[in-house]
Amino acid sequence: MAKAFKRNDGRKVDEMRPMEAKLGVVKSAEGSAMFKAGKTIAIAAVRGPREVVPAHKQRADRGLLRCTYDLLSFSVNDRKRPGPSRRSSEIGMVIENALLPAMDLSDWPYTSVDLYVYITQADAGTRCAGINAAALALADAGIPMKELVSAVAVGKVDGQVIVDIDKHEEDQGEFPTDIPVAMMPNSGKVTLLQLDGKITKDELNSALKLAEKSCKEIQEVQKQAIRAKYVSKEESK
Amino acid sequence: MSKLLVEERNLVIPGQEVATGIDYLPSVGTAREGENIIATRVGLLTLKGRVLKVIPLRGKYIPKVGDTVIGRISDVGMSGWRVNIGWAFVASLRLAEASERFIPRDADLTNYFDVGEYVACKITRTTVSRYIDVTAKGPGLRKLDTGRIIKCDSSKVPRIIGKKGSMISMLKEASDCRIMVGQNGIVWISGQDSDKELLVEKTIRLIEERSHEHGLTDVVSKYLEDNKQNG
Repeated sequence: MAKAFKRNDGRKVDEMRPMEAKLGVVKSAEGSAMFKAGKTIAIAAVRGPREVVPAHKQRADRGLLRCTYDLLSFSVNDRKRPGPSRRSSEIGMVIENALLPAMDLSDWPYTSVDLYVYITQADAGTRCAGINAAALALADAGIPMKELVSAVAVGKVDGQVIVDIDKHEEDQGEFPTDIPVAMMPNSGKVTLLQLDGKITKDELNSALKLAEKSCKEIQEVQKQAIRAKYVSKEESK
Repeated sequence: MSKLLVEERNLVIPGQEVATGIDYLPSVGTAREGENIIATRVGLLTLKGRVLKVIPLRGKYIPKVGDTVIGRISDVGMSGWRVNIGWAFVASLRLAEASERFIPRDADLTNYFDVGEYVACKITRTTVSRYIDVTAKGPGLRKLDTGRIIKCDSSKVPRIIGKKGSMISMLKEASDCRIMVGQNGIVWISGQDSDKELLVEKTIRLIEERSHEHGLTDVVSKYLEDNKQNG
């Protein structure tokens, strides 16, 4: 019989890293939030709705969501060269597409909601932490949304399906599989599904079930962060 | 069977089901999802008859016809001005709407409003959202050339004004200042000395910070009372 699977930090296979979320971390922005999962920290800030520059990108039928994602140069072990890269612009697009299904910007044509997601500390799962922070920042900015989008990276390491992969696990084993999933857990709609590696159909299904369960937990953390901003003052009176 | 799932004046979060059944109607900040009505913004739930609405706690000012706003002149043109009212697009103040007095054809428009000056104006027209017309003609609408300007979140304006203007008249009485609150969250304060203006500014910051609490008027009146004695 194979040796029982054990995670590096002693977590259960369906256990996520400790999470923390906070609203209003960037005072000058219309809305902002921080989301932390283990050692991964993401900060998101929202500006707008504001006029779209360059003007040829304006749309007469709807507003735009424009997302900038980047790792700060000190966020990873080897210094990340500052400035946009192929990777960061793609992840910006991915975050945008993960959030748009929950939003309706048709009331604000010609405008854009500009979203800035920055990773101050990276330990895998940065795009998921970014999406979680971004959903909170959008809510904080008063942008209408059907639901808070939550995201988590599930995957397969050494033949075992696990949730919320960290950097150690990402590099572990022969063919680690990484599947970032973003969803609106209440309605069960998946807004982001990427797959890097190999996985069987059954394993993918069980991974997605894990992701759904985890996203529900993440959404609770997000809701709690919103409540904490407004309710705590009232209770402490 | 229709039922309200969240009590009135409670905090709601996007995606939260606030009512079930078809007897309730969604309005600003809410939407229908099948049988249920969900909140789409962070705010306080209100119910008026059968209509559910969410009063947002944060968000950018969205121009509405009839709103009195305070804007900053951002550009002077040939036949009018551009006014920044805090929305994504600037409003235009046309020559005919600028003053009760006649403005001659070859007049230097900077004599009336110059770039950087603040003006109290009223929104007369908006298109879907790009073009906004304002007027500076009407009672109370004019250039604001003395005093100080502070910026608040536009969603706090109803609390700063209070029910039937109760909060703002209390502030005016306590501070002896002239105060004008634009619906876009820009507040103009003008008093005899800067201490009184500062007191108003601090009080407005207090209102902003605790705007979602009950019994705010009492808190503010106590705050004004305390600071009056100190001063």
